[in-house]
Formats: sequence, structure tokens, C-alpha cells
Amino acid sequence: MTGGRLLMAVAAAAMVGALPFMADNYILRIATSMLMYATLAMSWNFIGGFAGYPSFATAAFFGLGAYAGAVLQTKGVPMIAAWIVAGMIVTVFAAAVGRAILHLRGHYFAIASLVIADVLREVINGMTNLTGGGMGLNLPVLKIDVTTQAQFFYCAMLAVALLALATSVILDRSRVGFGLRCIEQNEDAALRLGIHTSRYKTIAFSLSSVYPALAGAVYASWVSYIDPAEAFDVLFSIKPIIMALLGGAGTIVGPVVGAFIFQVMEELVWRNFLNVHLGLLGLIVVLLILFLPKGLLGIGLLSPRGRPLTAKAP
Amino acid sequence: MLYLQVLINGILLGGLYSCIAVGFSLVWGVLNIINIMHGSLIILGAYAAYFAFTLLGINPFVFVPIAGVALFVLGYALQAGVINRVMGAPVLITLTLTFGLNLILENAMIFAFKADYRKVIIDPPLGLIEIGSAFVPRDRLYAMLLALLLVGGLYAVLRTTRIGRAIVAVRMDREAAALMGVNVPRIYAITFGLGALMAGSAGSLMSVIFPISPLTSVAFLGKAFVICVLGGLGSIPGVMVGGIALGVLESFGSLWLGPDYSTTIAFVLLLALLMFRPTGIMGKRGFE
Repeated sequence: MTGGRLLMAVAAAAMVGALPFMADNYILRIATSMLMYATLAMSWNFIGGFAGYPSFATAAFFGLGAYAGAVLQTKGVPMIAAWIVAGMIVTVFAAAVGRAILHLRGHYFAIASLVIADVLREVINGMTNLTGGGMGLNLPVLKIDVTTQAQFFYCAMLAVALLALATSVILDRSRVGFGLRCIEQNEDAALRLGIHTSRYKTIAFSLSSVYPALAGAVYASWVSYIDPAEAFDVLFSIKPIIMALLGGAGTIVGPVVGAFIFQVMEELVWRNFLNVHLGLLGLIVVLLILFLPKGLLGIGLLSPRGRPLTAKAP
Repeated sequence: MLYLQVLINGILLGGLYSCIAVGFSLVWGVLNIINIMHGSLIILGAYAAYFAFTLLGINPFVFVPIAGVALFVLGYALQAGVINRVMGAPVLITLTLTFGLNLILENAMIFAFKADYRKVIIDPPLGLIEIGSAFVPRDRLYAMLLALLLVGGLYAVLRTTRIGRAIVAVRMDREAAALMGVNVPRIYAITFGLGALMAGSAGSLMSVIFPISPLTSVAFLGKAFVICVLGGLGSIPGVMVGGIALGVLESFGSLWLGPDYSTTIAFVLLLALLMFRPTGIMGKRGFE
């Protein structure tokens, strides 16, 4: 790591650490949501960036995590324990689903992963007794003042994001990460070279589920009300992908940078154009794909470690 | 006879469904692109028919070819101007691009038409045909027959015309087709245009039967997915089988489990099929 980059990293860490004591609740709310999206983008990166599998299942993991955490809390489980159990439930779920759909490739995998959230939404809509169905679910309100609450959820989301970041760094340097990059380049060749592709893909898919589940559970407590349409919103699958692509998919800092820039743009630009803000989002996606397919890291602003997602000849 | 009636409803719906899915299947099969915009293109066709009917008094059944041509031009321009730039990129890139385009189109439609539900109401109603104890609504029957005619027409174009053969050739082997003198980017644009044409025509037919709103586009997209996987990618007869199968399944599903579960049935079916038989009922390689 060069001196300049080290300095940038230290400055960023200092800012992130000092924020809860300096900023007002509005800034803190935006920062918490930024950390949440950075978590989702980093998690998507495990399967989508490293292994090159176009997963649209992030919303499913996020929503299921939110509901698991919320239902456990309404049954009297303490909040932090509920978050952790929710993370474990979703990881087991992802491993099981992953075994079933990870043999699919390309478009088929994309659709199968996209549909998981729809099925879960319908199932949770139907289980009215447990989840409140379409009426949504209210969570127990914390009996602390608003500022403390904002600081607490910022720290909780920061912890989840740091875990995801640590996992990225470890994965990048590990044997599994190397195997996943091989799968991204040529899965058949990787298999012939003795990489246990189905095991590695399942590991990546499970890793890409655990942090969104935790983030979902924290999010549910943070906003203290969830309903199926919102918790399984397809944008929870799409936005992390756009952020990862914006920063540079398959790299460590790319998803974080992408999430940061995306959220800043959202706050500065789109809030002022409510009627057309989805259209503007679409426009940015189109321009990004056409002119910046390797992300911001791809144009040499920062030299990325690892190979960013590149266009392949068919 | 209740079951006969449910079966007839299912087949009437299924004919329309195959028209919805055939353009999606063509684009997926030939261009290897999942066109997330497909549902919105259907809605756009439906709106065009709705406004032609309310403002100009043109019958939606007559409007079908006009909507088709208009959407063909739009589709051709989109492919030639935008999507052709990323052909051959990984799935994620093309998928995200059509998703972005769809956001723009959907937002533009909500902005222009509002999210209200609207429906073409033909006055006087076309009435019913009685077969034994079952009834066949004439508007649905005509819509289904026209839909199947369109699907058959596309099949004939692909089988018999020079452009159709070129499309099939590009699907089978892009490089070889280029070496034989086929202008591949132009064929891509025509194929995408044909996909949009089928979507627009299906939309015009839909406007008579279902209430339309920009918000319903996702449902149509989902159905197109399911039908392609059900019937198998790469053949028009497969799409027809898949469409009618889904129509009948949804009809019986809503009879036995209630109408709320019809989409859930379709999605669970989709997941199961993807797991156990990803090639579908009649799937094969090459588009014929």
C-alpha cells in the first residue's frame, strides 16, 4: 500500500469513527443508509464480482433477514440476539437454495435468483399470523432518546459493514477467492484444474447472504416497521449491483466507493426531482454501462487490486 | 360444466400469453439478451391502443398493426443506437442495461399517463358464444385468435423470408452468418424490432381484456419469463405450448387455491422447472 492510499484510508477511517459524535441526525441517517448499501454491494460482489454469477437475490436475503429478525423480536428474543439468529437462518437458507440453483448459468441463474425474492414475498404475505401479512409488522420501540438511537444504529450498521469488508479482504487473499476468480474467467477450465466449483460457488453465495441478512435485521429495528413489498423491494437487488459496477466489480474498495458516490448523488440530485428520479437512475445506469463498464476504478483513479469485471468475447 | 369453462378460460388466456412471450423469447434466443423492457413495451402498445380508441375511435383490433409498426421502429432504434454497443458483454452488463432503459421508459409512462388503471370498453359489448353449458366471450376469443395469428405470422416470417432465415442463421452461428454476408448488427436491430412489434401488438389486444397501468408491466415480464422456461427457449411452437400451459395452469390454480395465488403458482413452477428441467418442455438449441 503506497503512502497516499494509506493516508486516504486513515482519513476515511477517522471520519467514519468520528461521525456519530459530530454530525446531526440527518447526516447520521444518510451515513447509516450508506453503510447499509455498501454492505449490500460488497456482499453482492462475493458472488457477482468474484465468481461472475449475476445474482439478483440480495433483496431476498435482505427481506428474509429483516423478517426473521423482526419476528424473533416480537416473540421476545433480545434485539442483538435476534439479528445474529436472523443472519444464521438466512445463511442456511442461502446454502440450501444455492445448491439447487448454482448449477444454472447466465440468464437462467439470474432469473432463478430474481424469483426467490418474489416467492418469499408471497409466502410472507400469506403467513398473516406470524408476519402480519400485507399489513406489515411493527417492531418493539427502543426506550432511548432519538440521538442515542441514531448513533446506536449507525454503529450497528458500521459493524456489519466492517465485517463484510474484512470478509472481502480475506476472501481476496484466500484460496477460495482465487478459485472464484478462476470460475469467473472459465468455469469449465477451473473444474478441470481441480477447483471444487460447486462448493466454492455455494460458499460465495452463502457469504453474499449473511451480511445482507444482518443489514436487513438491523434495518428492520432501525425503521421499526416493515412490510413485504418494501422489505423485498427489487431495488435492494438492483442498487447494490449498480453501485458495485459504478465502483468496479470484483475489487475490494469498488463496491464501497460506488455505494458512497451513489448515495451522495441520490441525496444531492434525485431528491429534487421526485417525479422523474427513477428515470434519472435509469439514465445513469445506461450511461454507466455504455461508457464506464469497468467502473470508476477501471479508469485509473485508483489502481484496483484484483481484476475488474471485463467484457468477454462471446 | 365448470371444468370445461375453466379450461376454455385458460386456453383463451394462454393464446394471449403466447403472443406476450414470443417476442421476449425471440430476443432472448437470438440476441442472448433478457429484455427487461418487454413488459413496458407491452404496456406502451396498450396505451397507444387506448388513446387511439378514446381519442380517435379506432377499434383496438384494427389498431394492432399500427401499434406493431410503431413499436418496431422504437425497438429497431433502441437496438441500433444503444444495445448493439454492448453485444457480447457478460449477461450482467446487458441485463443491467435493459433494466436501466426500462426504468426510463416506465418513469416516462408514469409521468405521461399517470399510474391509473384504464381499460378499453367496447360499446356495445361483443357478447358471448354458448358452447353447451360453457360461454366464450367474443372479445377474448377474437383477441386470442388474432394473437395466435400474429405468432403464426412470426413463425412464417422466420421460416420463409430471407430476413427470417438470416435471423435464424445469426442465432445458430454469429461468425458463420457474418462470413456469409449477413449484416449482423442490422439483424440484431431487426430482431429486437420484431420483439417490440410482438409486444406492442400483444399490448393492443390486452387493452380490450385487462385494465392497463404502467405498474402492471412487471407482471407481464414475469409471465414472459415463465412461459419461456416452461415451453423451452428457442422455438416458437415451444412458446405456444408454454403460453397455453401457463394460461390453463393459472385458471385451474385460481379455481382451486383462489386467485391470489396464481402468480405464486407460476413462480414456484418456474423455480422447480429451472431446477429439474431448465430446457423446458420443448427446448432445443437454434431458433426455428
